[in-house]
Amino acid sequence: WRNGENHLIFNMVSGSSPDFSRFVELHLGNAMVAGADLDTYTFREKFDISLPAFSPVAKLGEVDNTFRDRSWLVTSSQLNIDPYFLSEMQKFSYQYHDSVLILDSCHIHNYTQRCEIDSGQKYAYPQVLRDSIFCIIFRGERMGQFVLLEAMAANCIPVIVIDGHVMPFNNVIDWKRFSVFIMEDHLNTLMDVLHNISDKRIRQMQNVLLFIYKSYFSSMEQIALTTLDIIQDRVYPHLARTYDEINLLPKEISKNPLFYPMTAPKSHGFTAVILTYDRVESLFILIERLSKVPSLMKVVVVWNNQKKNPPPLADFPKVAKPINVIKTKANKLSNRFYPFREIETEAILHIDDDIVMLTSDEVEFAYEVWREFPDRIVGFPSRTHIWDNVTNAWKYESEWTNAISMVLTGAAFLHKYWSYLYTTDLPADVKDWVDEHMNCEDIAMNFLVANMTNKPPIKVTPRKKFKCPECTNNEMLSADLGHMVERSQCINKFVRAFGRMPLKTVEFRADPVLFKDPFPEKLKRFNDIGSL
Amino acid sequence: MQAKRRYLLVFVVAFLTFWYFGGYHMRHDEELLFDTDALSEYVNINIIQTGYLVRDTERFPKDDRKHCRMETCFDFSKCEKDFKVYVYPPEDSSVPSPSYLKLLNNLDIILPILKKACIFVLNVDTLDRDRLSNDYVRNMQSRLQRLPHWNNGLNHVIFNLYSGTWPNYTENDLDFDYGKAILAKASMSENHVRAGFDISIPLFHKIHPAKGGEQGSTSANNFPLEKTYLLAFKGKRYVHGIGSDTRNSLYHLHNKKDIIMVTTCRHGKSWKDMKDERCDEDNKEYDKYEYETLLHNSTFCLVPRGRRLGSFRFLEALQAGCIPVLLSNSWALPFSQVINWNKAAVWADERLLLQVPHVIRSMTPNKILQLRQQTQILWDRYFSSIEKIVFTTLEIIRERLPKQPVQDGTVWNNFPGALVTLPEFSDYDKDFPFYIDKNENMGFTAVIYCQLGLPLVSNSPLYRLVNHVGRSKYVSKILIVWSSEKRPVSKNRWPGLPLHVPLHIIQPSVNANSGNEPTKMSISQRFYNYKEIQTEAILSLDEDTVLTTDEIDFAFIVWKQFPDRIVGYPGRSHYWDDSKSTWGYTSKWTNDYSIVLTGAAFYHRYYNHLYMEWLSPLLHKTVEQSQNCEDILMNFLVSHVTRRPPVKVTQRKQYKEQASAGAWSPWNDPDHFIQRQTCLNTFAAVFGYMPLLRSNLRLDPVLFKDPVSNKRKKYRRIELVGS
Repeated sequence: WRNGENHLIFNMVSGSSPDFSRFVELHLGNAMVAGADLDTYTFREKFDISLPAFSPVAKLGEVDNTFRDRSWLVTSSQLNIDPYFLSEMQKFSYQYHDSVLILDSCHIHNYTQRCEIDSGQKYAYPQVLRDSIFCIIFRGERMGQFVLLEAMAANCIPVIVIDGHVMPFNNVIDWKRFSVFIMEDHLNTLMDVLHNISDKRIRQMQNVLLFIYKSYFSSMEQIALTTLDIIQDRVYPHLARTYDEINLLPKEISKNPLFYPMTAPKSHGFTAVILTYDRVESLFILIERLSKVPSLMKVVVVWNNQKKNPPPLADFPKVAKPINVIKTKANKLSNRFYPFREIETEAILHIDDDIVMLTSDEVEFAYEVWREFPDRIVGFPSRTHIWDNVTNAWKYESEWTNAISMVLTGAAFLHKYWSYLYTTDLPADVKDWVDEHMNCEDIAMNFLVANMTNKPPIKVTPRKKFKCPECTNNEMLSADLGHMVERSQCINKFVRAFGRMPLKTVEFRADPVLFKDPFPEKLKRFNDIGSL
Repeated sequence: MQAKRRYLLVFVVAFLTFWYFGGYHMRHDEELLFDTDALSEYVNINIIQTGYLVRDTERFPKDDRKHCRMETCFDFSKCEKDFKVYVYPPEDSSVPSPSYLKLLNNLDIILPILKKACIFVLNVDTLDRDRLSNDYVRNMQSRLQRLPHWNNGLNHVIFNLYSGTWPNYTENDLDFDYGKAILAKASMSENHVRAGFDISIPLFHKIHPAKGGEQGSTSANNFPLEKTYLLAFKGKRYVHGIGSDTRNSLYHLHNKKDIIMVTTCRHGKSWKDMKDERCDEDNKEYDKYEYETLLHNSTFCLVPRGRRLGSFRFLEALQAGCIPVLLSNSWALPFSQVINWNKAAVWADERLLLQVPHVIRSMTPNKILQLRQQTQILWDRYFSSIEKIVFTTLEIIRERLPKQPVQDGTVWNNFPGALVTLPEFSDYDKDFPFYIDKNENMGFTAVIYCQLGLPLVSNSPLYRLVNHVGRSKYVSKILIVWSSEKRPVSKNRWPGLPLHVPLHIIQPSVNANSGNEPTKMSISQRFYNYKEIQTEAILSLDEDTVLTTDEIDFAFIVWKQFPDRIVGYPGRSHYWDDSKSTWGYTSKWTNDYSIVLTGAAFYHRYYNHLYMEWLSPLLHKTVEQSQNCEDILMNFLVSHVTRRPPVKVTQRKQYKEQASAGAWSPWNDPDHFIQRQTCLNTFAAVFGYMPLLRSNLRLDPVLFKDPVSNKRKKYRRIELVGS
């Protein structure tokens, strides 16, 4: 026992008439108390845990959803309330008799039956709470009142009129999100306060209430486990669940890992990551061109050819920026997104070895745009997706349209975080699909980013044509057709894997501020912006 | 799962044990009409008493200051109308410390007169109550007694950074009886915070800025974060006495590689008399590292207690984006009523010091990225200036008052934070530009501000403007704000509009819609939150603005992507003029911009509310006196709230009809421009910093000026406009 150290005492009902002690009347020493009757005077902060007084009948009034028309605005169903509370409530019920319901025990008391205080009309309890938007919980001699859980089960928003009560699990659960607090002395403001709550807010509170009740309060077992989880979080604070994980509905949780709004610092620059197989000639041209981009810090060449070794560094063009060549162990498209240690900047320019037409101004400008939107994909080749009513499926669209929903990673800036996420968190079937088909890794990346951020990518400048003009011949065209079919298949496959279509469509692109303006070119910061 | 089951078993056993010893006599009731499982019978619900006549039984005497709660030690009747703060006038005999003066200066704005005050703040410096300190004010007790409204501290807030003194540093020893006053105090412990009453504030330096404040120094979000050091601490240690054990044992963690824990005993006059056997060695290590370098090159920063629970280090680490590792058992963290610190800091236990390296090495790069960004958000929103610390304190108190709207943890702990998310605007988060539901079908309200009262004929700019707006796909209403002395044109002379686009003419000076001086023409009238505005989006226009329908539609679809920013056409820039050491304003064509004028721009209507209700009266005064700069002020406001630049769309820069010869327009008045420059500097001074941010890009339609068939293009007419 050791004076209660590391002991946890559960206590639902403490004391009895007439004293109603707030605390279990035992010599508890250093034992933690998980109790339903704690008030702010007896509660030991960050030590004790406040519980809801478990009502065995709460289940009878339980609801599973928030779709209900509720005829009463507010119901008081607590038994035998203090005369002050009662008289205040009666004033309201005279004034707003259609919205205020006051219940107490019937002539012959039975907990599962309540009678309207004046007319004596009988109501099944706690089912009647399903017909009220708000339910009042008053202070009794006991701090913990059964009505609280009964109201919560019935998705009736609790109005707490108990000065000094420590709300159940108050150290982790944010009661402000689904209940209303009114001090006892200000009970007269009740109707003003309730009338001021908008319908949208009420709907929101009901949804949160349903979630919180189902997650933490709906049975004695859950209450016990919630208590133990709280203690576990205290013992291992670095592994503790956060406020969001405990309080927010799954759909409310923002998954964007880059949530602090800021413009990324220019001085850090970017790393160009070039995936290459054996097109050494165009690779060298590309490196040479890129090296002239002021913010480029380093070039990382990912050599995917397993049969051939990359050319020795001495053969690479002599440029002022460092070049790292990484030889991969398998010829996989995913290698382009591997977060190599050699990449030291947060910004990565992913670029294909044949994209040699981009000017230095264009690349630098794209980096500037990325700095303003560091959580998005920012780049040149854009595509869109459309719903095909004939096939009842998504279709990949590479025509030059007015809208875009993807920016391909053949020439795009991304935060390094996304490379990690792609490598570690991409759904397995998506990753396998990409490696098997040697295709669609760029679409997968667009899905991944949009799924986390709910934001569209940003296309920069007019550039649209990226394949070399001499490659066009009939053979290619039919290959293109097959290619398009496979890309559409990818989209539909990924929608199934992600469980939704995360891509967002926008109708704008980013250009330099003075683009196409009749203004001396040499005064424009970015004047060498090509067309198409 | 196994563990959970075991827990449950423990729980059941504990429960039974309690019944057995605890004397709660359970009776079995066979008449229960509902299904019961084994546990639900723990109480006989039909006979249990819940208590009656509770209001007459008092648990604690009302004047017991140790047990103060809002319901026992606060007079709410003073706060019925408004939440007003009164600062006592300065006394001649004592000059408060610079810190306290800065603090008071932030409050002066709130209420210079005593009438209707809800909260009282002393003019006597209570920040430092350490008797050995220079800033300690003597005879505090008698000073308080002389205050006309002291009333044993009722409704007073006392700001305090240091209490107690050597050797015990007793926490609630302020050396005067603060009675029922609310303590806003640094270094509070959980045991001493009177629940729902006192407020823990951070310890801040004398040089902490009064307003504005620097942004956090984290400028990049490298992932994974690879810094030279994992965990660092450099500071003094006390060889003996209260709180010394914690820092005295830190050397155990020092590994000279990635964990740097260096302390010194070399402080105070007589340190040599007190020194222990480690001091010399410690001092040597201590001199090898520089404090600032450690702060900026370490992922985590240890924040151990000193004599008192809190230390300057906490805010310094927060600002530097060095994740605080707290080693100060029972410390009530600043504003922990509203801030969830486990999203920005890591708790360690003084008794388990040796576990600290293991704990932080187990943190994933993902978690570190989150924690680090959150340090920056919290720093920037609640701690970077004394103004923010004071306003956060007051906001916490305001939320406790009857009928005052409250904000939940999601608002407090996410960008842009509770101080700029005014709950009286709406209780529904999606009504704010930061949490807007982008999927909703929305339209916009065009607000045309008519100051010149130009005649309305079929080819006049206003006539054409209304025509073009009316043809937009998304417009839901046109509001003419008529602020000219000339009479507005009767309704039938306006261009014919589609049936679904109503046109309202408002004469704020006549209708006395809102504002302090209703009879005066005020340029801020264009930003009133008229009840006619029911859409989230406002298209703000001047009467002589020239925009085509395509331009309006395109700007609107861009705004829908950036609903928290100003999105529009006329871009302007600010720059620092080194030769004059002032801010400059330019309307020249530049490669970047930081302002988008509200003569042709979309923004969220919440900013109207913020503009009217939240901005300091000093700023309003500047605008009223010059009848100018309201658009610059709106840009300051939005950038201050969002920390993002505005968005300029497409090429158009000239957004006004060239003024015909002889006609007066404020735009060809040279004074007008100088005035704007002055405004820029006044605003920056009042904000305490320059909130405007630059952008290097503008947004164009995807096929803008591409050499492809015009038929493919959706916003074809934009291309005819040019610059």
